[in-house]
Amino acid sequence: MFETKPRYRSIIWLKENLFNSWANSILTCLSAIVIFFIVKGILTFMFFTGKWDVISANLKILMVGQYPVVEVWRIWLALCLTVFLLGISWGSRKGFFTMISVAIIAVFAVIAMLPFISMTSKAWLLLGIALSVAGYWLGRTVSFAKKLNLALWLVCIPFMLILLNGFGIFKKVNSNFWGGFLLTILIAVVTIVFSFPLGILLSLGRRSKLVVIRWFSIIYIEVIRGVPLITVLFGAQLLLPLFIGNGIELNNVLRVMIGFTLFNAAYVAETVRGGMQAIPRGQYEAAEALGLNFVQKTTFIIMPQALRNVIPALVGTVIEVFKDTSLVAIVSLMDLLGIAKRIIANPEFLGRQMEVFIFVAGVFLILCLLLSKVSRSLEVSLACGKR
Amino acid sequence: MVDKHDLNKGERQEEPFIICKNINKWFGSLHVLKNVSLEVRRGEVIVIIGPSGSGKSTFIRTINALEEIQQGEIIVDGISLSENIDHIDAIRKETGMVFQQFNLFPHMTILDNITLAPIWVRKWPKAKAVEIALELLERVGIHDQAKKYPGQLSGGQQQRVAIARALAMQPKIILFDEPTSALDPEMIKEVLDVMKTLAGSGMTLLVVTHEMNFAREVADRAVFFDGGEIIESGTPAQLFENPQHDRTKLFLSQIL
Repeated sequence: MFETKPRYRSIIWLKENLFNSWANSILTCLSAIVIFFIVKGILTFMFFTGKWDVISANLKILMVGQYPVVEVWRIWLALCLTVFLLGISWGSRKGFFTMISVAIIAVFAVIAMLPFISMTSKAWLLLGIALSVAGYWLGRTVSFAKKLNLALWLVCIPFMLILLNGFGIFKKVNSNFWGGFLLTILIAVVTIVFSFPLGILLSLGRRSKLVVIRWFSIIYIEVIRGVPLITVLFGAQLLLPLFIGNGIELNNVLRVMIGFTLFNAAYVAETVRGGMQAIPRGQYEAAEALGLNFVQKTTFIIMPQALRNVIPALVGTVIEVFKDTSLVAIVSLMDLLGIAKRIIANPEFLGRQMEVFIFVAGVFLILCLLLSKVSRSLEVSLACGKR
Repeated sequence: MVDKHDLNKGERQEEPFIICKNINKWFGSLHVLKNVSLEVRRGEVIVIIGPSGSGKSTFIRTINALEEIQQGEIIVDGISLSENIDHIDAIRKETGMVFQQFNLFPHMTILDNITLAPIWVRKWPKAKAVEIALELLERVGIHDQAKKYPGQLSGGQQQRVAIARALAMQPKIILFDEPTSALDPEMIKEVLDVMKTLAGSGMTLLVVTHEMNFAREVADRAVFFDGGEIIESGTPAQLFENPQHDRTKLFLSQIL
């Protein structure tokens, strides 16, 4: 029995898969030519013809908008704090948080190695990595880490708001000055955190036996799903002040966050309802036969299974939220894309659309790829011994 | 020959544990339960037999309010089953149920499956619930599987876990809805053995099954269901050896 040498094996593979008939051979050659030109074009642009100084010169406003340069350290501090807390979650809970923390460390490391990053930024990035690992160690060793973690999160969120905004303790930075990637992340995270619970409640409401709750949920979901996101954003901008009354001044960013949250909740509700329908009737019966009341049944039996069923769809919703944040340009907020368009309009950087848009697309691409990766690992870790 | 029924009548409580009077149920226009009446005493083992679609599973599900009835009265342990949520919850605490499809919770370990209800419904401390759960797992013969997930167990093992889960709530009666119908023949015996031990220990059982040998060995009473009503009932000896009605005779001739 002779063994094919490795070199011959790949040739055999090529012969069997790409060149096994005349038609396939011709297609292979044509595709190879097309792919070659596309890749050559992209790489030439990226490394030779493209003038990337537009990015390095504007990196600060792309990342944080018009936030005053002297106060940017506060954003770094808030970021490091978040990374630290995620590190503790990683250490104490593992699973899902491992993926997130590892992804963050990897991204920070790569960015720190890029040539046009300033020394202070590199220092902050390295501090972030160090804090993440420190948090991990803390989560592993301290016994009451889980409770500590929860307490810290609750304390730090207002603290981070204070850091970002000022509120008298630090110099006030009005939310009108928040922009760029900071604004994108902020809107997306707040939307996701608040729309998921709201969506779950709506999906339960839609299946409720109480007529008023059921009709309210149905009307809410159908109306929201029937209008474009831009309409909801406009509505939030113009109508919310009327509803809330004259006394309270809601700032622009908050109105947008509310609009986004209300919009996304409807989609989450329908996705979760689909997940609930995939649960066999027997699960409900077993839970009822054991004497579990509605809240216990939903919390322990139904929701865990429903959410596990629809993780791919829910992560898809998360990715969509990140990308839809670009629409805030309609209501005059400067997110990452808004800043990008501003830069292009600057006479100093005339003709640089390609570089800027590729950069923006690259940022979103990396973010969404990471989210997909996290989603897949989440599915695997929650599969619970399925054979 | 002295009837086991007569011997024990004086020893058992006066009031039957479950009283079902003239139960009627419709699914739309289909009359699925027709004037069904049954009494179950503490410690009795009653087996319900009959062809598919006769309403026996539906009937057993009305007892712990998994199915609603349109007419009739059900009284379990002195509590009348009505629309009142408190009554239904109280009854469900005292009745355990074992399903044909096992219905274990796939996202929780075996141990969590068993301790969930005792901790949250009976409000026992976790340590006590775990201790009782492990004891029960030992009793049904799968002590070493406590940390596994249902998906990793065979059908027979899953059904035994389901029995342990029902027992963990320390109910006064356990309802079995065709517990062995979804099992391979090799696994049926292990589940029936557990049920026989349960019966021998004095637990009240109401079993819907096709296992006639089980009925003969263990049941105090056998009830034949057909077309939504009870055609005939009596001790296994009476029902199997000496059926009175034609439909009973027809059914028995087909399966025995």
